[in-house]
Amino acid sequence: MGIEGVGARVARKEDKRFITGGGRYVEDMVVPGMKHAVFVRSPHAHAEIKKIDVRQAQAMPGVVGVLTGKELKADGIGNLICGWMIHSKDGTPMKMGAWSPLAVEKVRYVGDAVVIVIADTKGQARDAAEAVEITYKELKAVVEATKALEKGAPQVHAEAENNLIFDWELGDGKATDAAIKSAAHITRMKIVNNRLVPNAMEPRAALGHYDKAEDHYTCWTTSQNPHVARLVLSAFYNVAPENKLRVIAPDVGGGFGSKIYIYPEEIVCLWASKKTGVPVKWVADRTESFLADAHGRDHVSTVEMAFDKDNRITGLKVDTIANLGAYMSLFSSCVPTYLYATLLSGQYDIPAIHANVRTVYTNTAPVDAYRGAGRPEATYVLERLMEAAARELGVSPAELRRKNFITSFPHQTPVIMNYDAGDYAASLDAAMKAADYAGFTKRRQDAAKQGKLRGIGMSCYIEACGLAPSAAVGSLGAGVGLWESAEVRVNAVGTIEVLTGSHSHGQGHETTFAQLVNQRFGVPIDSVSIVHGDTDKVQMGMGTYGSRSGAVGMSAVAKALDKVEAKAKKIAAHLMEADEGDIVIENGEVKVAGTDRSLPWVQVALAAYTAHNLPAGMEPGLKETAFYDPSNFTFPAGCYICEVEIDPETGLTEIIQFVAADDFGNIINPMIVEGQVHGGIAQGVGQALLEGVHYDASGQLLTASYMDYTMPRADDLPSFNVSTSNTPCPGNPLGVKGCGEAGAIGSPPAVINAITDALGVVDIAMPASPSTVWSTIQAKKH
Amino acid sequence: MSDVSLTVNGRRVSGNAEDRTLLVHFLREHLGLTGTHVGCDTSQCGACLVHVDGRAVKSCTMLAVQASGSTIVTIEGLANGADLHPVQAAFKEHHGLQCGFCTPGMIMAATDMIARHPEGLDEATVRAELDGNICRCTGYHNIVKAILAASQAMAKGAKGKARQAA
Repeated sequence: MGIEGVGARVARKEDKRFITGGGRYVEDMVVPGMKHAVFVRSPHAHAEIKKIDVRQAQAMPGVVGVLTGKELKADGIGNLICGWMIHSKDGTPMKMGAWSPLAVEKVRYVGDAVVIVIADTKGQARDAAEAVEITYKELKAVVEATKALEKGAPQVHAEAENNLIFDWELGDGKATDAAIKSAAHITRMKIVNNRLVPNAMEPRAALGHYDKAEDHYTCWTTSQNPHVARLVLSAFYNVAPENKLRVIAPDVGGGFGSKIYIYPEEIVCLWASKKTGVPVKWVADRTESFLADAHGRDHVSTVEMAFDKDNRITGLKVDTIANLGAYMSLFSSCVPTYLYATLLSGQYDIPAIHANVRTVYTNTAPVDAYRGAGRPEATYVLERLMEAAARELGVSPAELRRKNFITSFPHQTPVIMNYDAGDYAASLDAAMKAADYAGFTKRRQDAAKQGKLRGIGMSCYIEACGLAPSAAVGSLGAGVGLWESAEVRVNAVGTIEVLTGSHSHGQGHETTFAQLVNQRFGVPIDSVSIVHGDTDKVQMGMGTYGSRSGAVGMSAVAKALDKVEAKAKKIAAHLMEADEGDIVIENGEVKVAGTDRSLPWVQVALAAYTAHNLPAGMEPGLKETAFYDPSNFTFPAGCYICEVEIDPETGLTEIIQFVAADDFGNIINPMIVEGQVHGGIAQGVGQALLEGVHYDASGQLLTASYMDYTMPRADDLPSFNVSTSNTPCPGNPLGVKGCGEAGAIGSPPAVINAITDALGVVDIAMPASPSTVWSTIQAKKH
Repeated sequence: MSDVSLTVNGRRVSGNAEDRTLLVHFLREHLGLTGTHVGCDTSQCGACLVHVDGRAVKSCTMLAVQASGSTIVTIEGLANGADLHPVQAAFKEHHGLQCGFCTPGMIMAATDMIARHPEGLDEATVRAELDGNICRCTGYHNIVKAILAASQAMAKGAKGKARQAA
């Protein structure tokens, strides 16, 4: 490892612009003639649109356009789609209701976009939006998934009877029932995974620009996957053919899943730009983000885990109802199915698993992937069950887990996944040691003397990352392949550009991808530029989500580097009259092994472009492309331990320590990996202690600002104790697994296990806010 | 419409803005200083924090016209030419940022915090003082680390200068 190579703790190259105010986000973009858009959104959770009168708004100062869904439909703009087909267990396809980018006949949640108003300034657009008159006929709304399934519940879409989108299953129901029937012990729970708002700090934004002279569109958008956006905008929404549409996702201020999807706003801004003849920019307010960003989680599960007399798990039965909100967002169907039920084996050897998942429409914001996407929900089910089971069986939670760990690899679970490598006991041991687990009893006693309640909880998570083998996901219903592309361009002066289909919105690709190049050719990372986020620069890519940029994106770079290296070696061998097999590249020198003959890297690059003396038949230039399609998912895993202290007088929970011991495979930059874990834990602790979406019964969002939705702040959290003990991933050339989501996946059950341990209760709802904790303490007293 | 005159990052600037224009929008849209960000509508997130006459102010809580006559420092004015401010340098060194969106506000809050605590800072104080700034990426771990490191570096630097002067 060099000082800038793979495994080095290198400070980030991209930081320079961010710390000096030089970052360029969509809101910072200015195009000549640009106007500002405001969306008029539904104030009702469920209503028929009777009349839209825009005349008064159109006459307001500065207004250049007020456009409705009728006009959008007349221009042939398509409905939004869900890109992953799921079939119910009876073989019928999922029942997808229509989602028009601007609502035409009906609105289905508070925040549903109805009209776009475009004016010279945002203030003028806002004023005019107030003057748009929409007559609604209010309908009864339903917000809870369980209630939406009841007979006589308000019907969200005509296409989905009883609001049921699909009723899907995975695993062997008969074998699982048999295991439960013959069990020595069964642990049963009802488990609720609370609804969250991703809350990237940069609100979503879109700038659509139609160039009449070129008949060409450009869309600047806050996207985690601009190429997917271009594909979907083109193929499904009929905005423009791909060759007439450029999508740019510049600096993007966090995503966490919420910026994967193509939302109504970017479709409408592009269409409206052509319609009005001006570039149209929209930037979400924070309340708009709460209303109209895709939310996450929102599962209710009834679960049973069977054990034999030796406390070995013999079966797991899970029945989950997942709330998908008012419309099916782009990947909403795969989150509670193939990203959820396939992980229900966890780190454990479970012979029989059956999961049944019903997804349901309600009059709430659409729900889709949020950091972890299905895997946090699976982990929460399993790790709450393991904790409850250990208490019921009267055994140590750590030892119950250890006894059931999978210890030999590869391991085929009963729910599709084939785990390739791991050492779960190593993570458990590391976490217990780091947390001084053995010393907890003493700490609990000391706290009790101060009148405080101490608890400790653990969580052993696994996730599937590196999404994903294209043929495999295709067979499961995915509408796209999940490979990644890379192009490595060596310039004549030896500097290098790497073009990638991955997209960095905080992950630090400009540094880690450059470290990969440094490792290979010894070129300083400052001489390596990472180019991403622009469909005119990078031909095609699948973007960044599901912790895939290392395992898939960097593997594509590695493959392109292989090709560049092979050609560079041929050129060097020719120049130095040596055998190609004897050429090695070290520290920026291209050498003939075992001799003192060498050429600087720059000279080899230059030779490729002067082309004065190349091997016979070789094309000039040094530039290679690779597409990498993974052979398997990757399986990061780890053990998290949380220790809490609760003040019984106030119900306030303080996190005394939080320990994370992860296995991420090989590590490119430990500093960046640690940062990813810190951020993930903060979001998981946020879910467990602070965050939760609340709609009232009429479908009004009560948590629609930072005054109402509790974001984790610095004084809610401790510093975290993170470490890794890694088993390289055998499935990709770099041996990496992915680290972006682990923290958010592993931490919620660790926190809740600690709180229930402290309180001596079986369960407590997330978020375990002071009032919830205090009420639980009072209820236990009486 | 109102006339607004400010000294921003050492330069005298003036413009004409709608009365309802917030300081943050004046900085971003009239002066092109887009390093100051807007992350919420309720003055909770702190992404828009700047220094107004030496005090940390969320620039979404102030009208541009109210600020007229003030001296303002934004994230763009913090470095001394090519030399980063010690807080900027510490954020980079300790990986105190990821997506970078909250970062300008965090750095401006941190420089103000360090100035108000010449006695030095500890972790609990830094965490309590960061109450007005939200970050979704870092879990605050490395932001706290960076601020503590910058505070120490600046204290050392100040002592060094004092010694030189003596």
